[in-house]
Amino acid sequence: MTLCFLVGLAWALVFSPADYQQGDTVRIMYVHVPAAWMALFVYLNLALAGASLLIWRHPLAGVAAEACAPIGACFTFLALATGSLWGKPMWGTWWVWDARLTSVLILFFLYLGYMALTNAFEDQERGRRAGAVLALVGVINLPIIKFSVDWWNTLHQPASISRIGTPAIHSSMLWPLLIMALAFTFFFIVVLIQRMRGELVAARLRALGRLSVEGR
Amino acid sequence: MGTPNDMATGDESLPARQLEARELGCLRGGWPIFAGVTFALSAGEALVLVGTNGSGKSSLLRLLAGYLPVAAGELLWRGVPLSKDPDLHRSRTRYLGHLDAIKAALTPREDLSFWAQLHAQPDRRVEAALAAFSLQELADRPGRMLSAGQRRRLALARLTVSPAPLWLLDEPTVGLDTASQKALVAAIARHRAAGGMLIMATHQALPGVTDAAQRLDMNRYRPLPPDPEALLL
Amino acid sequence: MKSWLALIGRDLRLAWRQRGDLFMAVSFFLLVAALFPFALGPEPNLLLRIGPGVVWVAALLALLLSLERLFALEQEDGSLDLLLLSPLPAEAIVLAKAASHWLTTGLPLVLAAPIVALIYNLPFDGYGVLLLSLLLGTASLSLFGATGAALCLGARRGGVLLPLLVLPLAVPVLIFGTAAVDAMLAGLAARPHLLLLSALLLLALPIAAFAGAAGLRQAAE
Repeated sequence: MTLCFLVGLAWALVFSPADYQQGDTVRIMYVHVPAAWMALFVYLNLALAGASLLIWRHPLAGVAAEACAPIGACFTFLALATGSLWGKPMWGTWWVWDARLTSVLILFFLYLGYMALTNAFEDQERGRRAGAVLALVGVINLPIIKFSVDWWNTLHQPASISRIGTPAIHSSMLWPLLIMALAFTFFFIVVLIQRMRGELVAARLRALGRLSVEGR
Repeated sequence: MGTPNDMATGDESLPARQLEARELGCLRGGWPIFAGVTFALSAGEALVLVGTNGSGKSSLLRLLAGYLPVAAGELLWRGVPLSKDPDLHRSRTRYLGHLDAIKAALTPREDLSFWAQLHAQPDRRVEAALAAFSLQELADRPGRMLSAGQRRRLALARLTVSPAPLWLLDEPTVGLDTASQKALVAAIARHRAAGGMLIMATHQALPGVTDAAQRLDMNRYRPLPPDPEALLL
Repeated sequence: MKSWLALIGRDLRLAWRQRGDLFMAVSFFLLVAALFPFALGPEPNLLLRIGPGVVWVAALLALLLSLERLFALEQEDGSLDLLLLSPLPAEAIVLAKAASHWLTTGLPLVLAAPIVALIYNLPFDGYGVLLLSLLLGTASLSLFGATGAALCLGARRGGVLLPLLVLPLAVPVLIFGTAAVDAMLAGLAARPHLLLLSALLLLALPIAAFAGAAGLRQAAE
């Protein structure tokens, strides 16, 4: 993971060419685009973990889903923040109601809703299962939200502002981008495993505490 | 209420109707509640759950009603696991918990006729149920005017509105005076005479019911604490 | 089907007995809509421009008011346990409750919407599309709302939590609803937007039924 980050960052920040239109600000893209990808990818993971919790009632799936959420929310926030940083020199404002940024913003709210719901119950297991249902509803709605926001955007801004990440991208930029995406994925996996491990230890501690109470 | 035909809710003949629990275990919010509960009931039989507070009587009733999942063991209706067809199990179970489910704005008659409609029962059952628990004079008073004992009577009357072979009652006698207790005993007797089964949690002896029933002491099914060493691994 | 109607009938009767509550949502709706001119100034062209959006946002917020109690009341008094043992499957219970929420909250809002349209000087020929879009949209919102309410059962601070869950899901309804009215006012066809709203409603039905039923079953455990 560290290697990927080092190579990716070095390539992205130092060696890759500056964009002839955007100059060095294009380098924000190497963080922004993978973060936005990860935001979506982690939500899919969350929904999948939720589905397996509901179908097979495996407690580990619930732990995984709950551990996914803050990581995904951080990626989403990172995507929004870098998008906004990138927007300042490009568009002259910190925030533009661009279709993609708006969709990511709603995704961020979906993460917040999931985390609020899972934490709102005294019984942790119940919270996780309620959250799993919500994540599934969210994942079904995500394409609809995306579609509606695009629709809304074309209605209100007929002359589309140049968007982040055009499909025609030169390989000198594509490679560092892909390496960064890989680094982000590794980062997600490592943090996820750490968080799950931590949660399992905490659960074990709680069980021991319970025993010491019940033992009397 | 009470000819055997009335009890038919998908089940055919009387004698074979049977509920069987084998080594049932229950978890709530990750906490073990009980383990190893085993019993069998045939048509017309009753089972009384006794045990100290927190021994899992209410949890067992909720598990039998299908609200709680079976964490361990088997629960069989005529040899078929209940989880096979939860819809069918709903139609043969009536549950009365600690709450009376009474709406402040509805009168007892409206309340009972709603539940009768919901269960697709004719309206004459409502009058019979009101009469069985001497609620006729209160029948047109809004729910908020009822006393605790009267509310309990209404909740019990609701059981008789739509017949089902299995009654699960959680402390049904709380707040009842002697006359109402007698009405409950009579309702249970009719239910059992028609082949119905009863499982009831109670702290109180109810003459005519508790003395002619199996007893299950829930204190005997405390879950064993797991080995602390195993957790540390 | 008869039992399903019986449940809706009971809810309507309860709502009618406490009909003061019905007017609260409508009053809130009108009040929120009346706040915007105070904040933005009474300039007629501006009000005409923001009118459709204001109607929609105000309706969305007013619908949320009564959502929390939709299942919470049933759970508190023990009715939910009994409903779950009735011949109605949990999915049908969710749909029935969503229907009664819509009839007692959504429909009055739709009926009150012309008042808001009037104070925003919307042209009369736009009323038809406005009401139709609100009819379709509020129904979807009731369905998503019922889902959220079922999931929040037994949660701490359900009142704050519920909007957080439901509002992101309401974005498409808001977009297509306002777009329909805007298109009408701009002299364009409102039909595609109305069709999209109907599609959303059809999609919301199964989602609400299954997700809401899962929520109810979890709440009964």
